[in-house]
Amino acid sequence: MSAKPKFAMYWAASCGGCEIAVLNIHEKILDVDANFEVVFWPVAMDAKYKDVEQMEDKSILLTLFNGGIRNEENEYIAKLLREKSQILVAFGSCACEGCVPGLANLRDSRQIVQTAFNTVSTDNPKQVYPMTSYDVPEGEIHIPKIYPTLRTLDQVVDVDYYMPGCPPESHQIAAVIDLVIQVLQGKAQLPPKGSFIGVGNSTVCDECERRRNVKAIASFVRIQDRASELDPSLCLLEQGIPCNGPATRSGCRARCPSAGAQCIGCYGPAEGVTDYGARLMSAFASVIDSNSPEEIDRILDGLVDPAGQFYRFNLAGSLLRAGRSAWAKEKV
Amino acid sequence: MSDESFEPTVIGFTCNWCSYRAADLAGTARVKYPPNIRLIRLMCSGRLDPTFVLKAFSSGADGVLITGCHPGECHYLEQNYKALRRFHLLRRTLQGLGLEPERVKLVWASAAEGVKLAHEIASFVEEIRALGPLHWGGNGSNQSSVISGQSTAHAFKEVPA
Amino acid sequence: MTQRITIDPITRLEGHGKIEIFLNAEGDVANTYFQIPELRGFESFCVGRPVEELPLLTNRICGVCPEAHHMAGAKAADAVYHVDPPRTAKNLRELLYSAFFVTDHTTHFYALAGPDFVMGPDAPVAERNILGVIHKVGLEIGGKVIQARKYGHAVIEMIGGRKIHPCTSIPGGLTKGTTEDQRKEILEMGKWAVEFGQFSLKLFNDIVLGNKTYVDLILGDIYTHRTYYMGMVDENNHVNFYDGKVRVVGPDGKEFVKYEPKDYAQHIAEHVEPWTYLKFPYLKGVGWKGFTDGKDSGIYCATPLSRLNAADGMATPLAQAEYERFYSTLGGKPVHQRLATHWARLIELLYAAERWVELASDPETSGPNFHAAPAEIPTEGVGIVEAPRGTLTHHYHTDERGVATKVNLIVGTTNNYAPISMSINKAARSLIQKGTVVTEPMLNMIEMAFRSYDPCFGCATHSLPGQMPLEVTIRNADGEIVEMLKRN
Repeated sequence: MSAKPKFAMYWAASCGGCEIAVLNIHEKILDVDANFEVVFWPVAMDAKYKDVEQMEDKSILLTLFNGGIRNEENEYIAKLLREKSQILVAFGSCACEGCVPGLANLRDSRQIVQTAFNTVSTDNPKQVYPMTSYDVPEGEIHIPKIYPTLRTLDQVVDVDYYMPGCPPESHQIAAVIDLVIQVLQGKAQLPPKGSFIGVGNSTVCDECERRRNVKAIASFVRIQDRASELDPSLCLLEQGIPCNGPATRSGCRARCPSAGAQCIGCYGPAEGVTDYGARLMSAFASVIDSNSPEEIDRILDGLVDPAGQFYRFNLAGSLLRAGRSAWAKEKV
Repeated sequence: MSDESFEPTVIGFTCNWCSYRAADLAGTARVKYPPNIRLIRLMCSGRLDPTFVLKAFSSGADGVLITGCHPGECHYLEQNYKALRRFHLLRRTLQGLGLEPERVKLVWASAAEGVKLAHEIASFVEEIRALGPLHWGGNGSNQSSVISGQSTAHAFKEVPA
Repeated sequence: MTQRITIDPITRLEGHGKIEIFLNAEGDVANTYFQIPELRGFESFCVGRPVEELPLLTNRICGVCPEAHHMAGAKAADAVYHVDPPRTAKNLRELLYSAFFVTDHTTHFYALAGPDFVMGPDAPVAERNILGVIHKVGLEIGGKVIQARKYGHAVIEMIGGRKIHPCTSIPGGLTKGTTEDQRKEILEMGKWAVEFGQFSLKLFNDIVLGNKTYVDLILGDIYTHRTYYMGMVDENNHVNFYDGKVRVVGPDGKEFVKYEPKDYAQHIAEHVEPWTYLKFPYLKGVGWKGFTDGKDSGIYCATPLSRLNAADGMATPLAQAEYERFYSTLGGKPVHQRLATHWARLIELLYAAERWVELASDPETSGPNFHAAPAEIPTEGVGIVEAPRGTLTHHYHTDERGVATKVNLIVGTTNNYAPISMSINKAARSLIQKGTVVTEPMLNMIEMAFRSYDPCFGCATHSLPGQMPLEVTIRNADGEIVEMLKRN
């Protein structure tokens, strides 16, 4: 068979955007094809869990794993691919830090199911809910268990490298693939284990072309209240828009602020930040232009959802990892 | 959740120039305060990164007390106002995460206010005792073992289909 | 019961899908179950979030069609604030959306569905993929497909700020406008896209309609279901993807109901089964009668074919001509043969390209008024767009600060969960009978039953050789594997 090193990519509780981002490297995909034997990539080719189970340990050189760990199937595949892979990359915001699906950690998982099955359009008078095993007339059928919280990849298995972004920008993906190919050819060294790859090492603010003066916020502004009156060349946070740039890792070329929208933090914590939300709270608190408790409260009333603002992408990977209702369930 | 034998674990962040000395003063004056609090000295309340508070909770603390110089008396001029703003924002965020905001408290205490600080510590410990344990802690790595046989959907098994 | 067959495609349908086929003692199909094993809880955790963030958060439901969620979310947020975005904003949103439709339909036709027709369903697996298609019909097609996707993504990025998970639609319009130069650039790309749409239809004509075997397959009973059909229409009852009313026609093709987005819950309900995490929408006016088709069953379908059936025509000239040819070829309206969905998809692609040109030709599109600030107290709102995979409904309630208190989402593919289940069942019953040896092409024929719906798995471009993974395990009553069949 082929002597080419083996490549795998897998999606757990993800949305498919990471796959699209990889495919959007266009011609570069041919480099992947030329330099690797793709052995497992559900979106693009046919291979089964069983095929992976039968592979030798460490026989896959590089696995890009995207998606958080929401249920027992996600966890099983994460452990399986860890066994079979030499290099396991947490690819994209979900695997690195939980991403938007990680906001589910604000809720008790039973509440999540109950909400979904009691919406305004759901017809559920008997309060039927999904069951992990169910006896239909012909036999028993199963669906995977949902865990109380969504976890990041490194909360389940050992991770070699991190590549954040929702999704990672295609130019960054192309750069990483180039690097790996150079390593294969002996022209470059792999970075130290645990490194973040395909990213910058400063903040989105540093990449952002908007002008910054002295920040002093007298009130927070919601984008829909002032979108067409904002100065397109001035820092959004200075104009009161709650922009997450100060705490967010660079690497995207400040895409959202360039398009007039606040950074929502999809590249995760900047280099050296332990807790993304804490860093952002510090940043926001520093620029609030008041020393009186009453005035501070009035200004903060303009931030209608602090927990969501600070942990939109990062809850599962944060110090607390979850809201209390989900946490309490996990402690049972 | 109320636990007969619950003894709160409280972390106190003190400022080198005022509250830390106030705590010293309380000691030398033999003013008692509950041993539930573990004091950590910072150079200024302005050094208090919200990360410290989250770290305390995630490591098992039930409450966090932040202390600093009275407004206008900060050794570094205005840094205690920064602590004030962080404290306000932090409480709102914790509330959004389902924690009682009362688990974090901000107290101004000068170097001369040993008795006051001891009293504040004692009443805070009682406030936390009344709130009950938080018991966050752990890193979730034991989730699967905790959950096996405890499936969420399993709970719906009793629901007639 | 003697046997059980599990088809476990490890691919996407908002997660992964799994098919269980039970055989009876005679070896015929007793029943099939199409299970969705995933639930991420958006309806729960979007509560408490500011409504302007919902178009960004619900984006993350799907990275394949984030544009659809972004638009439905933005329209729902407009409705929450009772604000009508200026024409420039509407033009730009619909322009982005048209480019997205061209991209998405291109991907599906060429990479996913194309191989079945171009190569034939019983071609060797190794050839039944995008590369096989390119080998058979010529390399320049591959170049055109890549070009179509590049142009589409360029427009999405120009207007939406990012290629994946756009970020510019907010309550009242957009965060930014577009320059005159950009508009002209977009217009040129649109003209190319129209040619590409015509080219794709010609290809379909030559390869598929020119081949009696395929036509028979399309018209055969195995892929036919007589259901209700749903699609969004403009004031002339022409197909529209971005805005309008939702129209439903019966299996006889007559209008059953036409409703405003805000009234959706009066007409649509979702049925629950305990063996899956996904719900089954149906028409309230008819009722849930189980997995059965016909006039008395409330099951409806929402696909490119449904949209054509539910409308009286297309709003653009080239697509309208194709629309007429479609129905005259297939024997009048409505068309119930599910495989005709692929043809319908190409007609939609051409319409989207023509619409792209129309909108990019309007000088208003690069006008300065890209946003209207909301003035009213936010309450609740519904936003509906047509996602490539069906009618997408976002419904938000908020408090007076505009923070979500209740969220309901009926996602494109979800509409078709019941019809897909029925199609799988029917295909399995037709193909697996007493003493049949299950073969790989047979699996593919079962796959084709739901591939025509373009459910949300693997709708990304397959730049690499491949197709939906599938495995059939046949077990005896004791659960022992007696036969296993796998593609490789």
